[in-house]
Amino acid sequence: MTKPLLSVRDLKVEFPTRRGVLTALNGVSFDIMPGEVLGMVGESGAGKSLTGASIIGLLEPPGRIAGGEILLKGERIDNISPDAMRKVRGKRIGMVFQDPLTSLNPLYTVAKQLTETIMTHLPVSASEARRRAIALLDRVGIPAAARRIDDYPHHFSGGMRQRVVIALALCAEPELVIADEPTTALDVSVQAQIIDLIKEICAERNAAVMLITHDMGVIAETADRVAVLYAGRLAEIGTVHDVITRPEHPYTQGLMGSIPTLTQESDRLISIPGSMPRLNAIPPGCAFNPRCTQTFGRCTAERPDPIARPNGRQVACWLYDEEKAHG
Amino acid sequence: MSQSTSKLARMWDSDVAYSFRRSPVTIIAAIVALTIILGAVFAPWIAPHNPFDPSSLNLMDGFSRPMVPNEFSGNTYLMGTDNQGRDIFSTILYGARISLFVGFAAVAFGMILGITAGLVAAWRGGWVDSLLMRIADVQLSFPSILIALLIFGIARGVIPTNMRETMAIWVLIVAIGLSDWVQFARVVRGAAMVEKNKEYVQAARVIGVHPARIIFSHILPNVLGPVLVIATISLALAVISEATLSFLGVGVPPTQPSLGTLIGNGQKYLFSGEWWILLFPSATLLALALSVNLLGDWLRDALNPRLK
Amino acid sequence: MLAYSLRRVLQSILVMLVVALISFALFRFVGDPVNSMVGQETSLADREALRRQLGLYDPFVVQFWNFITRAVQGDFGISYRLQEPVMKLILSRLPATLELALVSGTAAFILGVGFGVYTALNRRGLASNGIMTLSLIGVSLPTFLIGVLLIWVFAVELKWLPSFGRGDTVALTSWWTTGFLTPSGRASLVLPAVTLGLYQMTLIMRLVRAEMLEVLRTDYVKFARARGLSQRAIHFGHALKNTMVPVITVMGLQLGSIIAFSIITETVFQWPGIGSLFINSVKAVDVPVMAAYLMMIAAIFVIINLIVDILYYIVDPRLRLDGGGKH
Repeated sequence: MTKPLLSVRDLKVEFPTRRGVLTALNGVSFDIMPGEVLGMVGESGAGKSLTGASIIGLLEPPGRIAGGEILLKGERIDNISPDAMRKVRGKRIGMVFQDPLTSLNPLYTVAKQLTETIMTHLPVSASEARRRAIALLDRVGIPAAARRIDDYPHHFSGGMRQRVVIALALCAEPELVIADEPTTALDVSVQAQIIDLIKEICAERNAAVMLITHDMGVIAETADRVAVLYAGRLAEIGTVHDVITRPEHPYTQGLMGSIPTLTQESDRLISIPGSMPRLNAIPPGCAFNPRCTQTFGRCTAERPDPIARPNGRQVACWLYDEEKAHG
Repeated sequence: MSQSTSKLARMWDSDVAYSFRRSPVTIIAAIVALTIILGAVFAPWIAPHNPFDPSSLNLMDGFSRPMVPNEFSGNTYLMGTDNQGRDIFSTILYGARISLFVGFAAVAFGMILGITAGLVAAWRGGWVDSLLMRIADVQLSFPSILIALLIFGIARGVIPTNMRETMAIWVLIVAIGLSDWVQFARVVRGAAMVEKNKEYVQAARVIGVHPARIIFSHILPNVLGPVLVIATISLALAVISEATLSFLGVGVPPTQPSLGTLIGNGQKYLFSGEWWILLFPSATLLALALSVNLLGDWLRDALNPRLK
Repeated sequence: MLAYSLRRVLQSILVMLVVALISFALFRFVGDPVNSMVGQETSLADREALRRQLGLYDPFVVQFWNFITRAVQGDFGISYRLQEPVMKLILSRLPATLELALVSGTAAFILGVGFGVYTALNRRGLASNGIMTLSLIGVSLPTFLIGVLLIWVFAVELKWLPSFGRGDTVALTSWWTTGFLTPSGRASLVLPAVTLGLYQMTLIMRLVRAEMLEVLRTDYVKFARARGLSQRAIHFGHALKNTMVPVITVMGLQLGSIIAFSIITETVFQWPGIGSLFINSVKAVDVPVMAAYLMMIAAIFVIINLIVDILYYIVDPRLRLDGGGKH
């Protein structure tokens, strides 16, 4: 069995505020295998982006990792020095953000931003960096890359800019790419192209992908495995096939009943009554219990940890506990 | 109206009051500002001497050092006396009175002018709006002190010589007020534009609700916070402008010395070693401007936590 | 670009015309130009003749036109107070003001940007808090008070620097005299330059700090961090350049206000520049000098605004519509 590329163990993220400490992520654990595409879904505020930010070490203060560990190929990266972390970012973990319109510095040409990144991480000359940049732009599907490379970001359309962003995330050949809602800000017509591009180009380079989205349709088409987050906790994780065809967590079951298609933009999962609790009002026991149709006594009293299920699946729900009968 | 008062009450109850309690600097600033303002308001009752009453002056008391009995008269003064034997402490109280009167009046004038202009611009739209905002742009690009000086110069040319003295304070108020209406106008216009296009305002207009009612019950409550911030910072600026103009000799008449006049007077005695004539009025002006500025800064942050 | 430039130039001309109108109205209607020019003993008939000679009975438009044509040629009439041509007075005093403004403006710019960047990058540091507190005092201290206090400390108590005047000057041309070339000239420049520049410096510093903090929160800075660029590249390559775009505009305007604020500084230090000329003219209602000063300041502002526009255009590629274009 191969070793995981990335291991997140019992991750806890807190935000100290004046009215007390908010726990935004609590006990989140999962692995990503080399070359694997892990989808991460959940509603807005479930903690998907925070998980990504924690991994790459860019949590916005006052947010902080309060517990757990993050390992990249068995080495911890959550407690290393800022300089060491800087060598991980871009070089070993790349990141694609949501909005390509704001991800690129408007005052620098694409060439400058690409060569700067390449030369930060790889020992190459300026001309070699430029050659690589052009090849990369060509690969991500920028027509006439050799000429367009000297354009400024505003010369490109939204879809083209996201291609440039992908080129930037990949230009130092990272082992893991975190794509945080990479298509949300794009026209529906180009969303599928960008998702396909991310999947293809990462497969080519054997880079693993952590695809953060609220769109189950995208996950179904792209990911190998999927992790479902709810109110800062992991509800269910398993292969895409298992989770989509036979969801086990009642929340995932509700999600599956409301898969939006690729052509339909939706941030609300209307088939589940109620809404996700605020971070300062997470109920005791299972966070999902007020909305769950299968609640029983134990759900409001005890918090369920992920329970191992067949085929590597894990579900944080008391319904699957061996001792259910006693509960 | 109830909506606005409850909004105010809520605002005061939570964040603003909390951030006030949390900031010792702000509390000190508030105490300093309040002390100076109260001292100025009650100057006639607090001041040991009336510096404007020539009969109470004694040239023998001239140039008394602070806290040291005068070598001729034997009188002791807290902050010393100036060349004419005027008690510095008393002149500061009376000076602050004039400075603050001009400051408050100028801000009130600028505020009324600005709010009116902002409302008219938003309500009328079209060329009225363009014209007002163009004037605001142009004026904003010129330093306010220059505009105040120009207005002062014009007034001096227009007002007959024998009236100049009595009119001086009013000219000063108009000059300073005219130089800071723009900020108010912009904020009010922005808020009014937003409200104007809301459906309930459109509906209210259609059923013939008087514009004044819409303005007073919906638009003004919405801009209360920003207007208060601007007014506070404008007050500090107005006090500084007044002091500057008076120091330059184009402000209040010498018979009604403000803090700026006192500092200008004190500067003359620097080289001869009578430092107290300069120091105490300067410290008062600085304390006043700084504390009001700090209050304005705090108010801006408290009303707009995002900017912290 | 051409249309844009043309519109800007037309706007500038319009502003100048409005200011000229104000100046002319000032000249024509504030006080009586004839009574201000002649002595008590001049007979009514002579005054009448002078009125005719000055064209005061011409239609308003004709008078305004004559005013403008004379102004363009640098003829603003004779000072009531000093009985000399206004233009000659202004020219002889302009070098003193320009040298003062140049020195204090340059210092304010360099120190303001430096401190602003420092306090933005080290937001919670002790030095930053110290600088910010001092800057608030700097903003609250009226310019004249700074000058008086500096005189007290450095001229009266320490006797290091002169407290008034320009020191020895060297004539470069028939009207340009410089204080840069003599030791006393340079020493005399120090206190007025500090007085004039301190407020501008704090203003620039606070602006740079605020803008930089804003820029550091943007997505493209986050993305630059995610690519593992060095702190230096992010702060001084990406963030600083973007910070300077809005700062340039304000600084252009500040340059103009330095010249206006020199009115105060020149009065405090008895500096023989155009500022002290103006204040004395205001006191004496010397309308021709006031009108000329107003037009000159307006001209400086308009020119600076045009320069700022051009700078903006150079720094921000989004304003350039060269080649490429949006596809």
